[in-house]
Amino acid sequence: MVEAPSGRRFRERHALRQFMRHKGALLGFAFLVFILLFVAFGPLIWTIDPQFIDIRARNSGMSLSHPLGTDQLGRDMLARLMAGGRASVAVGAAAMLLSLLIGGLVGLLAGFVRWLDGPLMRLTDLFLALPLLPLLLVVILLFRDALRAAFGPEAGIFILMVGVMAITGWMQTARVVRGEVLTVKEREFVVAARAVGVPEHRIARRHVLPNVLSSIMVSATLGMANAIITESALSFLGLGFPSDFATWGRLLFDATDYLQQYPGRVLWPGLAISLTVLSVNYMGDGLRDSLDPRARAR
Amino acid sequence: MPVYTVRRVLVAVPTLLLISLILFLLLDLAPGDPTAQLPLTIPPEVKENIRRSLGLGEPIHVRYLLWLQQFFVNEPLHLMSQLTGIDLGGDRHRVISWQTRSPVVDLVIERLPQTLWVVGLSYVAGIAIGLPVGIVSARHQYGWFDQLGTFVSMVGFSVPTFFSGVLLIVVFSVEFGWFPSIYDTTHRVTGWDSLLFQLRQMAMPVTVLALYNAAQISRFMRASALDNLNLDYVRTARAKGMSERRVIFVHVLRNAVGPVVTVIALGVPGIFGGAIVTEQIFKVNGLGQLLITSIQASDLPTVQTLTFVFAVLIVACNLLADLLLGILDPRIRYG
Repeated sequence: MVEAPSGRRFRERHALRQFMRHKGALLGFAFLVFILLFVAFGPLIWTIDPQFIDIRARNSGMSLSHPLGTDQLGRDMLARLMAGGRASVAVGAAAMLLSLLIGGLVGLLAGFVRWLDGPLMRLTDLFLALPLLPLLLVVILLFRDALRAAFGPEAGIFILMVGVMAITGWMQTARVVRGEVLTVKEREFVVAARAVGVPEHRIARRHVLPNVLSSIMVSATLGMANAIITESALSFLGLGFPSDFATWGRLLFDATDYLQQYPGRVLWPGLAISLTVLSVNYMGDGLRDSLDPRARAR
Repeated sequence: MPVYTVRRVLVAVPTLLLISLILFLLLDLAPGDPTAQLPLTIPPEVKENIRRSLGLGEPIHVRYLLWLQQFFVNEPLHLMSQLTGIDLGGDRHRVISWQTRSPVVDLVIERLPQTLWVVGLSYVAGIAIGLPVGIVSARHQYGWFDQLGTFVSMVGFSVPTFFSGVLLIVVFSVEFGWFPSIYDTTHRVTGWDSLLFQLRQMAMPVTVLALYNAAQISRFMRASALDNLNLDYVRTARAKGMSERRVIFVHVLRNAVGPVVTVIALGVPGIFGGAIVTEQIFKVNGLGQLLITSIQASDLPTVQTLTFVFAVLIVACNLLADLLLGILDPRIRYG
């Protein structure tokens, strides 16, 4: 006789089973793990330096020594793809974490502190109406040199990009979290906890936060997808990392100059971005379905 | 409706003012001196005069008000005098591009139509594809069409515009040679042939954005229609013996399209961002391309004006969506 799992364990196991049943989500998860392993451990196996210029081997096609060919300076595309992936995924993950932090905090505050709710939500609406990409470009134009001087060319741009993307990417999370907090706050167990005299901050930490976590996870996946696309778009517009530093967007941008002669070269970075974002989106979809009680009833 | 319209417009004004304040502060607090780029041959006292004419010595709120006057009084007056031929602007100062030495607003007027055409047409195409696909998907949930539609729309908004655009160029310009890969900016529509050429060169930029739009709209339409299809009023309508077509297109559509309008309005900034990238890929001479070139040239007045123009466009689109929502759902007007 198997012991019946407690309520919370049961819910978690049920959500996991739902997630496993969502084929797209499972495939997306598998692919994401593959990409993460590829960019994290790939360079340890494929040890060619992505910056190494071998001008005599430039523009070569696929071969054993260069599985994905080389670019116009003879740099190995596979190594650059891995290095670029590291940068893109790192920027995406860092920006996602920071914007989750801001969004979660704003959402929690708006949901809990009544007099802050109005102003914070107006602020969120205002940010949603901002022309984000032009603003990002302007901020990068204005602060690029100062940060470069302070932290060095690569770290400076990294800080700038992550910071700017977090500042412009927290709004969806804040809205979702606020909505969740407002509904959870009215549930019986929270009312009961309050009636027993549990202090407000402990209610927030022990009772509301775990219940809001699922929707935070969903918006985390979407935020990550968004951040990777934004980083690539900025690199593509030529306003991202320095030109010798590989990111997926930068590789795509460099390849478009040789579009007529070597159309295959745009394919790999483009596919890497698209498939990563697609798998993250599918994962988000599966997470939402498996955590949504309404979907569970079906 | 008039009261509702006025109320919405009144809400849009402070939003615009706040955005302008953010823009102003951003440029104002940024490190660097706007007169740092001036040639060294300019004597210090002239430089001091230039600084004063830029208002750099004034306190910050005065500078902001001057800046506002520039955008909301001076430039519109000049614009009106250009349109009517009557001199209203007088010798009021104009925002001059550092790059071209011409008034920025003239540049914007020159570039605005291309961007609006591309964005507008892509929205029309996106709605024309997305709404029916979403409704059919919801009607036959988990059918083959729904599965296919879900997959295509997932791909549609996962593939970034700068990749799908490049792919289109590779396939349709490089391989087949059907469409020009570079937008001919000097092309004028004079007759049927030139109109056809114009349509051909707009086809790819519009397709890229339209696919992205259609993907999003069909997803939201599907979700919203699904929410409505299980409600009592649909069952009542069916029980009364209405044809399925009437139930879907008259009853469900009007109720389901409301939330979709809201979501589309929230996506407008993303679309303008996509338009910037798309213009860059296909070399369309729109606002986005102007923004990129002026950023590369550190042409601050142009950058500032363009960002504000984008903000105005986005706020205007949101206003339009609000008004549309008021027409679709009368409850909102009186709420």
